[in-house]
Formats: sequence, C-alpha cells, structure tokens
Amino acid sequence: MDLDRPNIEEYLPSEAIQESNEKLHLRDLLDISPTLTEAAGAIVDDSFTRCFKSNPSEPWNWNVYLFPLWCFGVVVRYGILFPVRVLVLTIGWIIFLSSFIPAHFLLRSHDKWRKKIERYLVELICSFFVASWTGVVKYHGPRPSMRPKQVFVANHTSMIDFIVLEQMTAFAVIMQKHPGWVGLLQSTILESVGCIWFNRAEAKDREIVARKLRDHIQGVDNNPLLIFPEGTCVNNHYTVMFKKGAFELGCTVCPIAIKYNKIFVDAFWNSKKQSFTMHLLHLMTSWAVVCDVWYLEPQNIRPGETPIEFAERVRDIISVRAGLKKVPWDGYLKYSRPSPKHRERKQQRFVESVLQRLEKKGK
Amino acid sequence: MGNTSSMLTQYDIEEVQEHCNHTFSQQEIVSLYQRFCQLDRNGAGFISAEEFLSVPEFAVNPLCQRLLRMVDGLNFKEFVAFLSAFSSRATMQQKIEFIFKVYDTDCNGKVAFNDILDVLRDLTGSFMSEQQRQQVLAHVLEEAGYSKDSLLELADFIKILGNSGLKMEVEVPVD
Repeated sequence: MDLDRPNIEEYLPSEAIQESNEKLHLRDLLDISPTLTEAAGAIVDDSFTRCFKSNPSEPWNWNVYLFPLWCFGVVVRYGILFPVRVLVLTIGWIIFLSSFIPAHFLLRSHDKWRKKIERYLVELICSFFVASWTGVVKYHGPRPSMRPKQVFVANHTSMIDFIVLEQMTAFAVIMQKHPGWVGLLQSTILESVGCIWFNRAEAKDREIVARKLRDHIQGVDNNPLLIFPEGTCVNNHYTVMFKKGAFELGCTVCPIAIKYNKIFVDAFWNSKKQSFTMHLLHLMTSWAVVCDVWYLEPQNIRPGETPIEFAERVRDIISVRAGLKKVPWDGYLKYSRPSPKHRERKQQRFVESVLQRLEKKGK
Repeated sequence: MGNTSSMLTQYDIEEVQEHCNHTFSQQEIVSLYQRFCQLDRNGAGFISAEEFLSVPEFAVNPLCQRLLRMVDGLNFKEFVAFLSAFSSRATMQQKIEFIFKVYDTDCNGKVAFNDILDVLRDLTGSFMSEQQRQQVLAHVLEEAGYSKDSLLELADFIKILGNSGLKMEVEVPVD
C-alpha cells in the first residue's frame, strides 16, 4: 500500500490566513480553519512517517492452490536455503579470521602489505555476506578509485548498504557505534579499513568527527571515505534531507545511488522494530536480495553555492537515479522534535498578513 | 506496521460510523484505523501526546498544543469523531462547532475576549506584542458590532463565519 500523493512531497506551507487584499475583519481572525486543516492533515497522513514504513507483507497465499506453494516456499527457504547460507557464511568467517588475524599481527612492520591484505580480506568477507543472502547486485558506472580529496555519499536503507558497497571497494565508512557483536566487529575489523565512529547522542561529538573526516580525506593512503548523509535508515522509497557535514569538507563528492528490488525482499532496516541480528536472519531466510548500485558523476561545489544547496543538489541527483521521492525533513526527527523556528516562521507570516490587511481601508 | 490486533470487524466499523454520524465511509474508517495503529506505537489503544508530537508536520503547527488537549488519550472511535469535522461530508455547522470548541477551552458555551486572545497568541507568537494583539482584536470586534466584554456563543460564530466560504477538509487516503 504505497501512499503516492505527489503534491504532499513538495511541502508547500499553506497560508494561515486567507490571502486577500481586503480590510481585516473579525471573521478573518476567528477563522483558524487553514491552521486546523494543516494539523488534521498531519494527523491523518504525513510525509515523514511514510519514509519509515516497511512494506507490509502482502498475503498472497490465500487460496487452495497458492497456499501449498507458499508452504513449499517456506520449507525451501528455511530448510534448504538457510542452512546452506549459514554454512557459506561460516566458511567465509573461518577463511577470513584465519587469514586476517595472522596478517594483522605478523605483518606489523610491513604496513603497506598489511593494509593491502586486510583491504582484500574485508572485501572478501563482505562478498560472503552478500552470498549468504543470495545477493544479486548490479553495479553501474566506473568503480571508485583511491584518490585523496574525495568523499562518497549514498542513500541509506540498512546497514547492508555498507556491505553491498564494501564487497566491490574497501571503503572507510563513518558509522554510529552500535552495541553487541556489531560493535565488536566495528572496533576490530572495520578499524583496519579506517572507519570513523560517531555518537548521535553527544553534541560535542560533531566537531570531533568533522576533524576526523578532514584528516582522513587528506591522507593519500587512506581508503576512500563513504558517508551516508541522511544519518538514518530510510525505506528506499524516499530520501530525507542530507546533512551538510560531508559537503563542507572542500573536496569532490561522488554520489552513489542504491535501489533495492522489493519484489524479492524488503531490505529496509527498521531499527526501531528489529535488531540487526533479526534483520540479517530475515534476509537470510528470504529468496534473494536484488539491488542496483549506480556510481554517479563526481560533483564539486559550485562558486556561490552553500554547502546546504550542494547537499540538496547531490540528493536530487541520487533521488532521480534511484527513483526516490524527496521529503523536506531531517532524518534525526526520528529521535527529536523539530526546532521551534519552523513554527515561528508560520507565526511570522500570519502576523505579516494581519498587519498588512489592517492597513487597508475600505469595506 | 501496527500491532497484530489491527483487525476491525464489520460490526466495529459500523459502530464507529454511527458514532461519527456517517461523515466517513467504511473504507475511510479502515484507513484511519491503520493510521491510528501506526501512530499508536506502544499499542495502548490510544495515541499519547508524545506519539502525536513525533509527527513533525503536527509538531510545527502553532495550534498543536491546543489540539493535543482535545485529542490526547482518545480511543479510536472518539478519534474518528474528532476528525469528523474535517470530512467533506461534514456540514458547515459541524465545522464551525469544531472551531468554537477550539476556542472554548473551559467548555461553558461562551467565548470571551481573552479566549480569542489566547488563540491569537498561539498564532502570532512573539511577532506581535500583547498590546498590539489586544488593539487589533478590540478594533475588529467593535467593527463587527461587539465589544471587549461580549461573550460570543455558537450562534455568533455561525453568523460571523457562516458566509465566509470556510474550507476545512482533509482527504483520507484510501487504497
């Protein structure tokens, strides 16, 4: 059930008072219907919540013929595919750990070689992960190259975005530090590809992270940096506003667009509903993960363009390529309230309209 | 998307439809129920103020606190009745009644100068001084034949707003 109502996405602030050139009357002050309509409209349906709606699983097994087929499918997925995939993943981990751990400790002095091997091994384990979901990934466009002063940005649907991209190129990524086994992986293996951590909850964190970002892109030897400017997972139908952090580093921005084919599985990770482990299990018991990855033309900030405008321009490029709709909301509104300045802007417009009409003479 | 008990029986739908005076069609009620379950994240049977405010479009509305007082803690049936004023099938009388209720916070059937001032304060924030607000309101009241001490009733609201071409409609998305 996709609520495709084209005009809501262009968030046009409606006037809080009837636009008119007439004198101000009592009815104009008492008539709060536009404001009430906006509020009721938001209660009934809003573009922000739509960004995080998972695909409801369509029950197609409702008749005598399809139901046994669906049961057979379940048996195949859980009984055959799942064990095979677990096996594949286990083999992958064994190979990885038995090569990574020695390489990490023995080649301490030969840094260049160590980095090369670790990079290759990380790409390898990611390929194993992708195989464990029967991932069919089509890459379009020129592969990312290792050059300083460039940063890669992509739209974000799930943590598997990182794995899908990593199997092709060993990126260094900036991620939220997670608890549990994911956090362990982050601090050990991902450290070796040069990942940067942030903590959404800490306000001062942003400056520290900004500095780390700048240091990273200056380094010639560092892996290309991958950033997800949305800052949160979105359901792959929409994009939320990009954070400007990646766009004010003074370097080239290479956009990457990722689009998952929902027919096979909904790859959106609704972190409020599922832990990452459950999400992975869900993927491993589905038929396949099919997606397209487009490496798009690198962009530079234009003269006179602010970082925010630059971010919006790149968001537009990615959204058009992946067929996603843009919404004017900050992804972090998942965790916090909107700033009062939005409301203040509405109030200001109302006051301007009232004062303007007060000046008018006539009936 | 919602909890597993998101099943409305035909009987439930008809009951809700009765309660809102048939301002919504059965399909619209089903859609509204899906929306209700989506907003009621902890499955408590009602949408808390927090859950309403997590909709950014609602939270930035100048009258959201006022509406929250009216809609907080309502169950689904009452929720639909609350929204009934915004249906295209609602009469002008029902819409003006809703607006009256927004002003009449103490529900005594009378709206005083201060009640209107309170709403005006929500709409103008810090962009108008208290004195300015009082002046503007007193001015338009007098012009309409009322005074600062007048107590407006529903009939007055209907007289004032009745012919103004009021449009207060929200479309319920239906599959």
